[in-house]
Amino acid sequence: MKIQNGIVVEVRDLVKLYPNVRAVDGVSFEIHEGEIFGMVGPNGAGKTTTIECIEGLRQPDGGSIQVLGLDPQRDGYELRELIGIQFQAAALPLQIKVWEALDLFAAFYSNSVNWKPLLEQMGMAEKGNAYLAKLSGGQKQRIFIALALINNPDLVFLDELTTGLDPQSRRAMWDLVRGISQQGKTVFLTTHFMEEAERLCDRVAIIDHGRIVALDTPQNLIDSLGTENRVVFRVDGHFDEESLRTVPGVIRVERIGERVVVYGQKDGLISGVVNTLEVDGIRFNQLRTEQPTLEDVFLSLTGKEMRN
Amino acid sequence: MYQIRALRKLTIVQTKLYLREPVSVFFTLLFAPLMLIMMGFVFGNSPESMFGGRGQLENNVPAYAAIIIGVVGLITVPIGTAGRREAGLLRRFRATPLRPLTYFTSDVLVYFAMTMLGILLLFLLGKIAYDVQFKGNLLMMIAGICLSAFAFLSMGYVLAGVAPNARVAAVIGNVLFFPMMFLSGTTLPLEVMPEAVRNVSRFIPLTHVVTLLRGLWFGESLSEHLVEIAVLGGVLVVGTIIATRAFRWE
Repeated sequence: MKIQNGIVVEVRDLVKLYPNVRAVDGVSFEIHEGEIFGMVGPNGAGKTTTIECIEGLRQPDGGSIQVLGLDPQRDGYELRELIGIQFQAAALPLQIKVWEALDLFAAFYSNSVNWKPLLEQMGMAEKGNAYLAKLSGGQKQRIFIALALINNPDLVFLDELTTGLDPQSRRAMWDLVRGISQQGKTVFLTTHFMEEAERLCDRVAIIDHGRIVALDTPQNLIDSLGTENRVVFRVDGHFDEESLRTVPGVIRVERIGERVVVYGQKDGLISGVVNTLEVDGIRFNQLRTEQPTLEDVFLSLTGKEMRN
Repeated sequence: MYQIRALRKLTIVQTKLYLREPVSVFFTLLFAPLMLIMMGFVFGNSPESMFGGRGQLENNVPAYAAIIIGVVGLITVPIGTAGRREAGLLRRFRATPLRPLTYFTSDVLVYFAMTMLGILLLFLLGKIAYDVQFKGNLLMMIAGICLSAFAFLSMGYVLAGVAPNARVAAVIGNVLFFPMMFLSGTTLPLEVMPEAVRNVSRFIPLTHVVTLLRGLWFGESLSEHLVEIAVLGGVLVVGTIIATRAFRWE
């Protein structure tokens, strides 16, 4: 394996055309060894197409791709020995037993790991003999991850890992991904949950209409929005928001029914707001502050809400 | 060569999966023996001048073997392959170093083995229940069955490649298979059919399987069936060429 300067994946000016649409329109980025790299974007933004070009499953119409020093198109079989793939939409036969699936996929690779410890790592040690049909969505997803790890890959692709899972399974899945990362493997994941990208990824690329509109650490992306914070509370009875507008640092005030949102500079915003409310004798409750999230970054860059 | 290991594991797993699927087990292993029992129950096996002095069961055992070959090729293979493609399993295989040739070899092996198993069960039942005698040359019989089975398997992969999904594959398979079954002399003897039907029948591949297997069963030689061998050989070659072009992983 030839990793140069710690760069595991190098994509330059990738273009993929579908009839009537440039699905991927000049995408360039690098993935570094050992990082969790996330690609986020709405459905149809080009995430899956990009990931499948990198995996060698789709032929790009332009640009160049190097993965672990290999050309995914030319060196497909060699590359597939070194990477693990979990698909957004792929299924195993329902009548297959968990151990049979793992044992089968292990036989496809020249080097593979023992599936028993792998099942344990996935928290599925007791399910080896279960039919796939008997597993829940989250359990199936764990098996698909196990299959992606069966060849002890250097680079793991996880496409829409947690789509369709309940919040609890989603969080459990994040722990698994962190575990994979701690084994020194590089992870490339796509998601359309902003919280997932924010919590899990070392770096995030935001993709929209086949182009990367931003690429940085989640914190840097959030900071790029400026230092705007929000104070949110409910008022009880009469309230005139004019006095809040005069508080130093306040940018604007929104009121929807009883709910009031004050936007302003981070420093001193809460104390300024609370003081003003006290002085005016306004009864308020449920006061809290909100920091901007990756969701806000996404909204400001693409002008649309993420669909869940 | 780990592709050999992959082939072995894949063949074992596919065989298990095949046997866990009630529909494929029914059509491959039980359908023809059940027909034999039903026809035996209704018509018995007394000698008929129409069948050259043979009983209808005796006459029809090789024809039921043709039914198994037809069912596997025209129904089981297209539904199974299109279904796996639709479910994304083939795509998942493609994301591994598994070679297409390894996958196909295993797939063909399993379907072929199941066809042979079905035919064996049918022959054993005929022998045990009705004392049906095999009067031909065993090697020639096996050769005839192999040619017929591979010809119909290749047709199955063509259908699988053409059909957009498993449901359409099922419809096409059934639309092709059931008329073929009735017009090829497997269930109703062609001898009682009108001239027009017999003419149509000549253009149906399954008729040639029936003619070939029945001839071999009653002691005729392969050299007496060059027409059938040419037709089925042609189907196999053309089918294989089209199937390899039409095959899609997703």
